[in-house]
Amino acid sequence: MDTFAALSQGLMVALQPINLLFAFVGVMLGTAVGVLPGIGPALTVALLLPITFKLDPAGSLIMFAGIYYGGMYGGSTASILLNTPGESSSIVTALEGNKMARAGRGGPALATAAIGSFVAGTIATIGLALVAPTVVDIAISFGPEDYFALMVLAFTTVSAAFGSSVTRGLTSLFIGLSLGLIGIDLQSGQARLSFGIPDLLDGVEVTTLAVALFAIGETLSVVAAGSRADEIIEPVKGSVFMNREDWKRSWKPWLRGTVLGFPIGAMPAGGAEIPTFLSYALEKRLCRKPDEFGNGAIEGVAGPEAANNAAAAGVLVPLLTLGLPTSATAAIMLAGFQQYGLNPGPLLFVSNPDLVWGLIASLFIANGMLLILNLPLVGLWVRLLAIPRPWLYGGILVFATLGTLGANPSLVELGMLLIFGLLGYVLRRYDYPIAPVVVGLILGPLAEQQLRRALAISVGDPTVLFQSPIALALYALSALALFGPLLFFLITGRKAPVGGDED
Amino acid sequence: MSDPTPTSARRPDKAGFVIAFGLAALALVVGWDAWRLASVNAHSAVGPAAFPTIIAAGLAALAVATAVEALRAGPVDRPRDEMGPMAWVLAGLVGQIALLPFLGFSIATGWLFAATAKGFGRGPVWAHFLAGTVMCFIIYVIFAKGLQLSLPAGPIERLI
Repeated sequence: MDTFAALSQGLMVALQPINLLFAFVGVMLGTAVGVLPGIGPALTVALLLPITFKLDPAGSLIMFAGIYYGGMYGGSTASILLNTPGESSSIVTALEGNKMARAGRGGPALATAAIGSFVAGTIATIGLALVAPTVVDIAISFGPEDYFALMVLAFTTVSAAFGSSVTRGLTSLFIGLSLGLIGIDLQSGQARLSFGIPDLLDGVEVTTLAVALFAIGETLSVVAAGSRADEIIEPVKGSVFMNREDWKRSWKPWLRGTVLGFPIGAMPAGGAEIPTFLSYALEKRLCRKPDEFGNGAIEGVAGPEAANNAAAAGVLVPLLTLGLPTSATAAIMLAGFQQYGLNPGPLLFVSNPDLVWGLIASLFIANGMLLILNLPLVGLWVRLLAIPRPWLYGGILVFATLGTLGANPSLVELGMLLIFGLLGYVLRRYDYPIAPVVVGLILGPLAEQQLRRALAISVGDPTVLFQSPIALALYALSALALFGPLLFFLITGRKAPVGGDED
Repeated sequence: MSDPTPTSARRPDKAGFVIAFGLAALALVVGWDAWRLASVNAHSAVGPAAFPTIIAAGLAALAVATAVEALRAGPVDRPRDEMGPMAWVLAGLVGQIALLPFLGFSIATGWLFAATAKGFGRGPVWAHFLAGTVMCFIIYVIFAKGLQLSLPAGPIERLI
């Protein structure tokens, strides 16, 4: 019952007019950036961090969560109408959704995506509210060695789940970890990897890295692709409403997608992409008309979209209860908490219950807003897709540099933006995933802190790392994440399916 | 993803080698810094050098793995990138950094906007430069008055 008392308390916070406004701004912005190619929720939150620095923490975090959820909705619109997924977890939606749009059934495709996202988002947010207190109870007993093992697990799953091979994922991760070393070591006061440049003593800003990798890197790779990347927008023809058969074919995939999405998102197992692939495969197998798959089967939109949104809520479980981000957006949101001096984790539930539960309650409200806004406003979102690309990307770069200058008006910061932007371009060009770099930068210093704390308690004896049963279990899971694809290959002789990239 | 196409004459993927070389260089830099830190007397059981050492070792291992993969994969067909448009965008970013201290946020960022639009094939540069500068000046005013965030000022910004 405690949970419901806390949740209703949170609902009071979320229903304050100012927080409703923040949620509204968040979902509108989130949907817009989800629709637009080239910018996703991670970048948007990163750009907003410096601007929201002086605002109320609860309101800003509610807005960030709205952007996160809105981005998931907007991404589906872009993949259905444009066949270029606005963000990675809508890749699967594009498969069937764009076929439906070409067959003149774009309306029902958008509707089943929106309603499915609502159903899945609501159920998964209830799941979040129910699971979070339990995880907090367990996490209270975690020692530093367990936290270190948990972060190792997050590292391996993020690297193995994103990108086209484990080597590439790990390479991205280690680049991020190296960047995380830069700056003054807080325990010894020694400057590391700063080469005498004063601006580097504070370390690399998460926002600078994220904005550079996502905005500048993306712009460079799109401009370099030239005419290769031309896109066709499918106009929405016919009714946006689903008929009786659409409903009948949609509701089971919604629920199955939710059941797949939430647990996978909630485990520190990396993002929302994998459940969408699993859901697509499952619906294809269960569908009564399997020949429709590949030609616009509504189940292939309903299931993955539900899985996508359920996983998005699931990702918030490790973020809020353990302080463990498992996607790029979650990593930036962690930076958002930190800028207010808040550290997500078990203690946050004790020290700032209003904020945490207000945030969780606001997710219900954001979901409802998205459902109401999305279908009537679909014409507006489609018009966003028609912004000429020169202006769109010109604007993206203006806002990217604006966000960086707003946080720290220094030329060195802009120079780092340029260098990391080039890094982002090279990573994209050679199929290296982006998300592990961001996660490495933000989790690396935290992992080091836990490692040193554990070793300080044991007076330097490294065996302490392998004595706790929790830590051992987590290491076993990490090994599975790293070598799972290899085992899969050895057993079945086929390459394991891998997830996409980015947000 | 690069399909490992078995060719009779196996030539390695050049880009993979360059990346492996870059990783090895990064491993050396991190490792050298760790070696420097290891000589500093630390008061705790684990000093500031331990974690960088692990990362340097990891980077070195990844450099080897990348080189091996490049050898095995053979030459990879990647679509050619267009350097001209990319040069415009980069000129926009570099130009912004160069102009910012003298001419302020609006003009420097207006140039960034114009150069990016040009890179994506939309000219003329001067019209976009004017429009971009006006837009950035409005942003500057909103930031300065509304959010109390100070952006670098130049001749235009000092007028208000």
